[in-house]
Amino acid sequence: MKLKRFSRLINPQSIALIVVLLVNWALFPGFFDVTWQDGRLFGSLIDVLNRGVPVAILAIGMSAVIATKGVDLSVGAVMAISGAVAATLVVDGYPAYVAVIAALAIGIVCGVWNGVLVAFLEIQPIVATLVLMVAGRGIAQLITAGSIVTFADPVLIYIGTGSFAGLPMPVVIAIVLLILSVFLVRSTAVGLFIESVGVNRAAASLAGIRSGLLLVAVYGFSGFCAAVSGLIVAGDIKGADANNAGLWLELDAILAVVIGGTSLLGGRFSIAMSVLGAIIIQAMNTGILVSGFPPEFNLVVKAGVIILIFTMQSPLATRFIEMRKTTRAVARKAS
Amino acid sequence: MKFLTKLAVAAGVAALLSSAAYADSLKGKTIGFSQIGSESGWRAAETSVTKQEAEKRGIKLKFADAQQKQENQIKAIRGFIAQGVDAILVAPVVSTGWDAVLGEAKDAKIPVILLDRGVDAPQDLYLTSVASDQVKEGKVAGDWLVKTVGDKKCNVVELQGTVGSTPAINRKKGFEEAIKGHDNIKIVRSQTGDFTRSKGKEVMEGFIKAEDGGKNICAMYAHNDDMAVGGIQAIKDAGLKPGKDILVVSVDAVPDIFKAMMAGESNATVELTPNMAGPAFDALDAYWTSKKQPEKFIITESKLYTPNDDPKKVYEEKKGLGY
Repeated sequence: MKLKRFSRLINPQSIALIVVLLVNWALFPGFFDVTWQDGRLFGSLIDVLNRGVPVAILAIGMSAVIATKGVDLSVGAVMAISGAVAATLVVDGYPAYVAVIAALAIGIVCGVWNGVLVAFLEIQPIVATLVLMVAGRGIAQLITAGSIVTFADPVLIYIGTGSFAGLPMPVVIAIVLLILSVFLVRSTAVGLFIESVGVNRAAASLAGIRSGLLLVAVYGFSGFCAAVSGLIVAGDIKGADANNAGLWLELDAILAVVIGGTSLLGGRFSIAMSVLGAIIIQAMNTGILVSGFPPEFNLVVKAGVIILIFTMQSPLATRFIEMRKTTRAVARKAS
Repeated sequence: MKFLTKLAVAAGVAALLSSAAYADSLKGKTIGFSQIGSESGWRAAETSVTKQEAEKRGIKLKFADAQQKQENQIKAIRGFIAQGVDAILVAPVVSTGWDAVLGEAKDAKIPVILLDRGVDAPQDLYLTSVASDQVKEGKVAGDWLVKTVGDKKCNVVELQGTVGSTPAINRKKGFEEAIKGHDNIKIVRSQTGDFTRSKGKEVMEGFIKAEDGGKNICAMYAHNDDMAVGGIQAIKDAGLKPGKDILVVSVDAVPDIFKAMMAGESNATVELTPNMAGPAFDALDAYWTSKKQPEKFIITESKLYTPNDDPKKVYEEKKGLGY
């Protein structure tokens, strides 16, 4: 049993992460150096975690959405809206807790809007969320009047750049969110409901699952995650950049979920693996930064590594490994 | 006699009035302005400065926002021609596909002035173009660094703009030209920060780790101020002093960099002036009063700002422009 647990840790994703980290280390010998500075941990590894957080949090929400056979393209725009709302509110003199609650509420409203379009108007998720992906950035720009709204509110800045127990605050938030959401989907039947709706919504409904409500909740959760992410990104630069906050991050989040092994066709999903996927993506980004490659290489290197990971996960590779296992077993029996 | 004096005075006044009107041929003229959109703070500032400059000169400005679409700009220009405006300003969103509509303006004898960007069209289709010289912007930044560090050894990290974009290519080129021949100054790392604050911060974090906790870095050159603002935060997070431990020089001169300058965290910025319309109106004035053909390419000034230029005052001036 214990051995089985251990073997579950050996999967293409963790191998990929270790390989990426080792390559980074080879390119930049100081990669694993972590020091204690100004009351917090400091080093490239911490950067990987800290910079990976926005996509990791998006991936938490996105995993659930993708498990329902959906996709949420609007998360990047919702990040921009949430940051814009929080920034303009504190600049207008509201206390930070009002700004944070308002930003999170807006995120949930955006998600629920997506959910209603998908669940009750039965618009295909990719189209339904595309609406908010385009309109959302416009809404964010309307809120900030097109400029970067900078703020000096200590609470918002703490969310993006503070540290707790030596770890950057964003990392702490992501870990808490990860634990809570894994607990929610795995200790209750919610995870099973999500998977069943993703596999066959009609059958799930016949089995008594209120699939419409569930879909709205899942998209609402994704919006909430995007809002958290947006707060972190805004706090990080002490300003809401409506034009660039979360730009294209929806694609990184989908990529993280897929690297984590969740199928775009819905069904079985793993939030923890999606977060691992986000960290793999960020490990590559940070590696490129410290390696000193010219920037023209960035996207090519990233694409190359991703193709490698997907090849390792592909049904062909799995069959190949299974085949090796069986032939070995047969050989063992024969001897 | 009295009557004659009166007449003379009246004539004199009339002459004075008419000569005043003559000197300012722009007063009461209607000029159409087709703007790209408001994709960046600089663009918004350009729009508000253009409106200010027009008001100062008594010009009636017709403003059309194209929302990043060329067909909207062409539509707007056709509209201006139909309304019979006296001149047209265009900030072209792309460089190709302008021949037809500029030809229509030419047939209607309406002078067209290009702002900020050029077009691939025969030069006789427009009166002149007003733009900044991006290579020069990089060069001014580089010259400042060369002058500031003197003979000291200086490792520079560069935060590039979006890979392949014209300002990134040109500002890199200009900076490299300026530091050429000064072997003490070397660009040790160069990565793209996509012109944004958060990417600028992330890239600078990486650079600091890779260069011995930042001790190896003497200066940071950012292709725009937003990346510099992000980079400054990364330097502070690493426990170093931006502006002292690591010199900070960037391009654009947006209000927030002057805030950093007031705090002693930025050392220099090169202005990409949002006032493209001022030189354009002056060229029109000269063209209408003396029929003088202006130069085809008017280059705006790439002004260097340092903490000696009263950053607080500049900040106050720029704050309301919509950056």
